[in-house]
Order: sequence, then C-alpha cells, then structure tokens
Amino acid sequence: MTLASLTRPWEAMSYGFLDASAKRELRRKMLKAIAVPGCQMPYASREVPMARGWGTGGLQVTLTLLKPSSVVKVIDQGADDSVNAASIRSFLAKVSGARETWDTLAATLIQSRHRIPEERLRADQVLVLQVPNPEPLRPVEPNMSHARQMHADADYGRLWLILYEEIVRAGRIMQGAAYPALVNGRHVMTPSPIPRWDVPKLHMARHLTFLSAGREKRLFAVPPFTRVEPLVFSDLPYRVEDHAGLTCHRSGMKSFFMNEIPQADGGSAHELSDSHLGIKAIRQAEGGRAEIGPTWYRDGRMR
Amino acid sequence: MTLVLQVENLTKHFQMHHLGQRLNAFRGISFTLHAGEFLLLRGPNGVGKSTLLRTLYRSYLPRAGHVWYHTIEGRIDLATAADVDIALLRRREIGFVTQFLIARPRVSAEDIVAEPLRRAGIAAGEALEEARRWLAEFGVKRDLWRAYPTTFSGGEQQKVNLARALILPQRLLLLDEPTASLDVGARAALIRRLAELKAAGVAMIGVFHHPGDVAGLIDREMELTAEEVADDVAV
Amino acid sequence: MTPALRAPELMTTPAMLTMTAVSRRYGNVVALEEVSARAYPGEVLGIVGESGSGKSTLLRMMNLEETPDAGDYRLSLPDQPGNLFDLDRFARRMLCATRIGIVYQNPHLGLLMRNTSSGNVAERLLIAGERSFAALRSRARDALDASEFPLARMDARPVELSGGMQQRVQLAKAIALEPVLLLLDEPTTGLDVSVQALVLDTLKRLQRDRAITMVIVSHDLGVIRTMADRVMVMRGGRVVEEGLADQIFQDPQHEYTQQLVHAKL
Repeated sequence: MTLASLTRPWEAMSYGFLDASAKRELRRKMLKAIAVPGCQMPYASREVPMARGWGTGGLQVTLTLLKPSSVVKVIDQGADDSVNAASIRSFLAKVSGARETWDTLAATLIQSRHRIPEERLRADQVLVLQVPNPEPLRPVEPNMSHARQMHADADYGRLWLILYEEIVRAGRIMQGAAYPALVNGRHVMTPSPIPRWDVPKLHMARHLTFLSAGREKRLFAVPPFTRVEPLVFSDLPYRVEDHAGLTCHRSGMKSFFMNEIPQADGGSAHELSDSHLGIKAIRQAEGGRAEIGPTWYRDGRMR
Repeated sequence: MTLVLQVENLTKHFQMHHLGQRLNAFRGISFTLHAGEFLLLRGPNGVGKSTLLRTLYRSYLPRAGHVWYHTIEGRIDLATAADVDIALLRRREIGFVTQFLIARPRVSAEDIVAEPLRRAGIAAGEALEEARRWLAEFGVKRDLWRAYPTTFSGGEQQKVNLARALILPQRLLLLDEPTASLDVGARAALIRRLAELKAAGVAMIGVFHHPGDVAGLIDREMELTAEEVADDVAV
Repeated sequence: MTPALRAPELMTTPAMLTMTAVSRRYGNVVALEEVSARAYPGEVLGIVGESGSGKSTLLRMMNLEETPDAGDYRLSLPDQPGNLFDLDRFARRMLCATRIGIVYQNPHLGLLMRNTSSGNVAERLLIAGERSFAALRSRARDALDASEFPLARMDARPVELSGGMQQRVQLAKAIALEPVLLLLDEPTTGLDVSVQALVLDTLKRLQRDRAITMVIVSHDLGVIRTMADRVMVMRGGRVVEEGLADQIFQDPQHEYTQQLVHAKL
C-alpha cells in the first residue's frame, strides 16, 4: 500500500469564491433573516474582488446561494448589459460554472441593483437586492444603537413624521426610491433604492428576496408570502410612479416602469427600464421566438 | 339650628426664625357658629381679628386647638385636615372675602368672576352669564366686563373681587373688611347679597371697620381682647 | 420649634400621583432622600427650591426618565396599578409618551427643532398610533390652539419661533394626548417677564378648562405663587415643608421657607 493509494489527486473542493466558513456564516445569517422577516442581521462582510459600495453585499449573498447548476441574471437599474452587471455576472459564472442569462424566466438567481424585474418571479427563483443603506431609521436617528432599540420597540412614529412633513411642505410624499415598508407587520425595512413601482412586488410574493449591504455589513430578507406594506397614512393611499400611461419608444410596450430619455427638442422619450423585457418584446414583434412571462403589472395596475 | 363650626381652644402664634422670636396672635379661642348665623369679630387694631379669620381658613396654620367644621358627611377638624381636603372645602363650602383682588394678567373680569363656577363644574356659557349678572349687580360698568382687572382702579377691582367671592353660595363665609373703600352702590349690593346668603343658611364670620354697614345682619358679636393675646410680644 | 398640629393626610380624595420614600444618590451626593409627594386630580402641585435641591431630579423621576435607588411611584391608572419604577424601558416609554406630558425649560430637550411645529405635535399622536393624515392635522391644530399658539404659524419650525412660542409648541405636544399628568420643568425660566406671564396664563386657562393634574417645578416663587394650589419646598434632596400655597407664602413654618419667602417679598 502506498500513500498515494490512500489519497486522491487535487481537485477544487469549493466554488463560489468565498471559503466554506464565510459561506457558512452567511447561510446562518440568511436563515436568521428569513426567520425574522425584515429584521437586519449583522454579518462579517468579506473581501470580494470589488470595491465596497458596488454591490459587495449582494454579491456575497449571491455567491453563497450559487451552485454550478444555477442560472444567474444580474441587472443594474433594470439593464443586463451595463458594465457593472456584466462583470458581476461573468464573475459569478467564472467562480461557479453557473450559466449566465438575461432572461428573467430562465434565471434561478437574480442579483439586482435598484429594480425588480417586471416579469413575476416564481417560487423557485431567488432575488438578491444590493442595498447601500440598510437602516430606514437613519434619517431620524443617526445613533445606530438607538435605532436598533427603536426597531426592538417597533417605534416607527418618526418615519410617519417624515411623510407628514413632506405632505405639509410639498403637498405630497416626496420619498421616491427606497420607500420604507413594514414587513410581516413587525419590522420596517428599506427595500433598497427600488422605485415605489417595485415595492408592491415584494408583498406576498412567491419568491424569496434577500437584501444585503456589504459596506454596512447587514442583510435582511423577505420570505415568500410575507406581507410588505409601504408606510402610508390611512387616508392617503400609497401611490406608485405615474408610468401607466407611458409607452416604450423602442419596443412599444406600455404601462411599465420607464426610463426617461431627454430629447434634443426638449421633450422626452421613454424606454422600458427592464431592458430584457423590451428586447423580448422587440423579438416577438419581429416574428422571432421570445417568451414573455406573466407580469406583476397589467395595464399599469398591480394585479 | 344646624351646627357649622365649633372652635375649641384655638391658638396661634408665629415662630419667626430669623428674629429668633415668637409672635403670639391669640390663644384659647372657643366659639360655635350655626347655619345662617352672622358672627362679628370686634376688638382693637392688632388684636388678631384678621389673623383668626385666616387661621380658620388655614392660610395660617393653627398651633393648638380644634376647628370642627360640620358637613353633611360628618365633621372635620380644619386645624389638622389634610391640605387637599382644605382645598376641596375652599372650592365648595368655605369662602373668604378680602378687600384685595389677586388679578391675573390677561384674564378678563367676567372670566375671573366665573371661575369659581367653572371649578364647580358649571358649563362655560352658563357661568359667564351668571358672572355678568353679578358684575352688573355690584355696579361694574358693562364695558369693563371683558377688560383685564389689572388695569382697574382699586374700587372697581374690589367689586370684581366681591362678585367672584360671592357668586357661588358657600356654607361658611369669612369676611375680612369687605366694605372698605366701597362706594355706596356696591356696598348696598354687597349687603343685599350677604342678607340673601344668610337667609339661605350661610354662616358668616366677619371683621368690619364700620360694623354699622352690616348692623342688620349681625346675630352675635365676639370681642377679642388683649387678655387672649399673649404675654411676650403683641402682633 | 413646636411642630404644627396637622394630621397626616386625612384621605378624602384619592391622589392622582403618589410617590413614596424615593431616594437617589450619585456617589456620595444625595440627590433625593426619602422624598414622598402626592398630586391630587385637577390640582397644581408646585415644587420650589434652589438649584441642587433635587426638585428637577424628582420631576425627571415623575417622567420616568430616571430610576431611584429606592422608592415607589404610582399613578391612578387602572391599567398600571403597580410601582411604575418596576416597568421596563419600553413600557415606560409608552406610558410617558401617551399618559404624561412634559414641558422642559430648554425647548431643545422637548422639540424636534427641524420639524414643523405641527409635526412636533403630530409625532406624539403618531406614537399613540394615529395614522390618518387628516386626523393628525386637525388634532395637532386643536392642541396648538389650546396652547394659544397662532395657527397661521403651525407649520413653522421651532427654530424660527421665539422662546415663548417654542414653549407653547412643547405645551401643545404635551397635552395632545390629554395626559393624566402634566409636568412643567421651569417652563417660563429664561423668558421675558411679559411673555412669561402670557405662558403662565395659558397654563392656568388649560388647568381650569381641562382640570389636568400638573406638577410645576421652579426656583421662581412668583411662578409657583401664580400657579400652584399646593407647594412643596425642597432643599438638599429633602422636602422641607409642604402646604397650601397661601399658607406657605403667608405663614411659612420652616426656617428655610421663611428665608425663601421673605427674601422674595
């Protein structure tokens, strides 16, 4: 018997860039986050080959969830082809062997900055949102330990006070992106800087959402079929951006969240923010094969 | 007749710590008072008539003795009763009428007069109406009703004060020279009101510079003498 | 000195606030020594004393901002029958926010200076769970109006207001939820005399119209005299003398009170 017969030749025993202990810690924190929806869990944010503030929090969660059989989609403000989205996506594929996709329907794991795709996510998909500032109470309580105490007490009156002040001063609620929402009737979270349009997509969704902030070292989750209620006054209903009447000038799609493109004549054109949805629509229009899944919004209304 | 007040051996002196002195006011005073009775306190200046009234009212703390005040519920010793009970009795049953008004800035005459009624739980409108009636009765000019008494002359202030003090029928009224510096009309109104209250069964103890003003009301007189004023120092 | 002949409390009226034998030391410094206090429904209890007498510490304890080393504190609330010092931080916060109002000498302690005045009042209502904008608006307006705050300025920020107006905003905030107890910590100290009189007048009016139990702490005898039905005189963490306001001012018993009153008059 030789020593060689007792050993095996070298092979990669890990994937997904992070070492096993880092992933284990993240898994534990992610499970905790699922157990207490909307509650921020601290974690030891590791070094990843990307600067803090560029999605390292989302990346670490994605890397932990990643398997060689995963199909990953990465979007930045709705676009799959931005430099940041493309490089994160190719990095993910490189460190795990996972397949890359732009198609929301094909993806099993979606990492996103600032948007939730327009096509309805399924129970077998996981959404990871990059979060720059995970603390919804920061504007009212700069002291983080006080803020945590306020979360513990569900003491959120001051957040409504912000809304009150906005209505008093501006006549309407000014908060656009990162509109705070009460999760499971208990914790207020910031849904990351997604537009108001996207917040209702988290309410009683079929899919699991993780929100992770790498610089602030906190992650939280919205499990499937969990209530996510934007903070509103009982007599002033929540309103999403008024995009129901807009048409994408490239794909002809109507009544989805649009990017505004200023035109030389001083007016503006609009195009779908969810760029791959637009691409699929154009393909369909040209007679090609492209499947568009059911969308959250129909005719500009949440359904 | 219903007994209202039973004073036993009431004694008062003042301990002046900074002078290291004791000032005696009166000692061992006893008397009784019934409903509807008017007792006049007499005696030379400084003999302690006002001090006695204030001691009965508990603005001054008695040193010894008892002041049994009879209520429907039973009797209570005003000399030793808890402050809160005294405050309650003052609000409902025991009135004190002086010549001095404590006017408050920016409170109108009619509001000041209505206040005892408001405190007794009477609605604002009704209380104001009643207050105006009494201001008129005491001869306060109509255009002053809504003005602030801090700006009034002494005589007008006193009319407001009387209206306030007498608006709510009490069971026991302590009168400390209420007629001083009153004009004829107001004095007549005061005496009318006192007679009316007396007929309604209010017991009164009064100190008057000119007892002749209220001669018709007096049932009994009590002379305070220097014998009751004690040995070492007179007030 | 012969002690005055006074029975211990002959209870006909149950107290709204009862504090019993409250003691607090900071190291070797005695802040409060066996202090007991009562406030009865609808009355104004004045606490007077020089700085360091413990009067402000006592008021902070009434507002449950501080816990004594020993002592018992009860309010006559059906849902809170026990010693309030035994409540945890959260229960204290809720109790203070909804049942006890306070006006501080320093408006920075009581107000969010960068929010609007009406927003400051609304904050209190939000803690109590009001979620209708229209109701917040009208309830804030009512509270400010009751505090005789000019409604045209209800959306001005406290930093833009004068000292007297800031105190009115604090007052509106304090009474917005119709508290059972209103605590006033030197509410007019630092204001001009004329403004001070106006604020005190508002307090008097509120007290008359709503019969709120108030505890007012001041070193200013004039303020206490204007406001209080009963007075507690404190010195060195102890209660020196207690009595009806007119008795304390006309016939003070304790040497210290006599000095205090005579120095003033």
